[in-house]
Amino acid sequence: MALSLIISNITKSYNGKIVLDGCSFSFEKSGVYVLMGPNGSGKSTLLRICALLESPNNGEVVYYEDGKVVENNLNLRRRITLLLPNIGIFNTTVFKNVAYGLTIRGMNKGDIKKRVEKALDFVGLLHKKNQNALSLSSGEAKRMGIARAIVLEPEVLFLDEPTASVDQENTKIIEEILIKLKKTVNSIIVIATHDAYSAKRVGDFLLFLKDYKIC
Amino acid sequence: MNFILESFKQAFYLILHLDRELLEIIFLSLKVSGTALAFATLTGIPVGALLGLKKFFGRNTLITLLNTFMGLPPVVVGLFLYFLLSRSGPLGFLTLLYTPSAMIIAQSILAFPIVAAITHSSIVKVDPSVKLAAKTLGATPFQITLTMIKEARYGIIAGVCAALGRVMAEVGAILIVGGNIAGYTRVMTTTIALETDKGNFELAMALGIILLIISFLINIFLFSIQKKGTKESIQWL
Repeated sequence: MALSLIISNITKSYNGKIVLDGCSFSFEKSGVYVLMGPNGSGKSTLLRICALLESPNNGEVVYYEDGKVVENNLNLRRRITLLLPNIGIFNTTVFKNVAYGLTIRGMNKGDIKKRVEKALDFVGLLHKKNQNALSLSSGEAKRMGIARAIVLEPEVLFLDEPTASVDQENTKIIEEILIKLKKTVNSIIVIATHDAYSAKRVGDFLLFLKDYKIC
Repeated sequence: MNFILESFKQAFYLILHLDRELLEIIFLSLKVSGTALAFATLTGIPVGALLGLKKFFGRNTLITLLNTFMGLPPVVVGLFLYFLLSRSGPLGFLTLLYTPSAMIIAQSILAFPIVAAITHSSIVKVDPSVKLAAKTLGATPFQITLTMIKEARYGIIAGVCAALGRVMAEVGAILIVGGNIAGYTRVMTTTIALETDKGNFELAMALGIILLIISFLINIFLFSIQKKGTKESIQWL
């Protein structure tokens, strides 16, 4: 049974400035949820809170499985993944960047190779697997970031502005990857974007962040 | 000029004939400096990483102290260590004064701040998004620390090189706590100082040349590791 996520009354402020105020939502069905809102509306903060990277000031983020609450520990955090706008490239090859999450989970080299190559093929970067990841273009780096996230087969995947700072060609490629991903995996994917066109193409459920709340 | 050429000739003669005294001095120098560098590296990298990755009370003071200690005058270290290890000192019961162990301690004290401070500055220069990426991919705090050390590896290797230069060239502290005892605590730098004073330039010159060659070879080795790292990148975990 897959994970589901319920957030209730999330409040978050930084230095007295409110970013989220009473945000509630249930991510129960698998599919692509697109979270929209202008820059600075709190989309990234909400994603980081949902991905258990940050704690809210008030409210709670609870993951469920078979109707039971799943304890917030390393096991749970390894079942969810967040792709950040600045993906954070390790100074090594594309292959090893994508393999990172599997390596730290102690997977054997043969399985890692198979899964990494499959993920790189999925995002169209298999031919660049031996290249240093720092030499990729920003669009290719985002695609590598997607490969690095999906290779872990997360049950909940958060993508924060996956097409930000990316040229038109790569934006189209990334959208195609996300559409393909939604057809092949049966998990919850939450994408934060301010691109309405992209949201309509990719999303199953559209959410808006307005006045610090989801509506 | 002739005198310098003659010294060089004698130096090469001693090197080529593997003079026993010379070999003993070289071996002890490598043993003392190598052990000191190993201690400084094994303690300096974790301390530097801790200072670079964790925020805690007194962290800034510690960083300032480390940076200050990078320039510690060796004779001052030797003097303090002498007081600590001398028979009437608080650690006199260990009877370490005038032993290679005391020299290792002195050199470790001199090398540690260099390794720790350069590790710290190399780690804080790593893109913070790398740390966050490791966390989002499910790394434990220990794995995140290892990842950050690996990302900062070129800077850290440069720090180890700098520390190596410091310990290999050091003479003041080890002379005070080692005593330059022939066949026991006599190393290359202290021998060079002693033999120059005695006017025995051949041995001093031979050791000077060997010291330069060893430093050069070790630096080539460390540089090749750095270069290999850029080409292939090191294995993850």
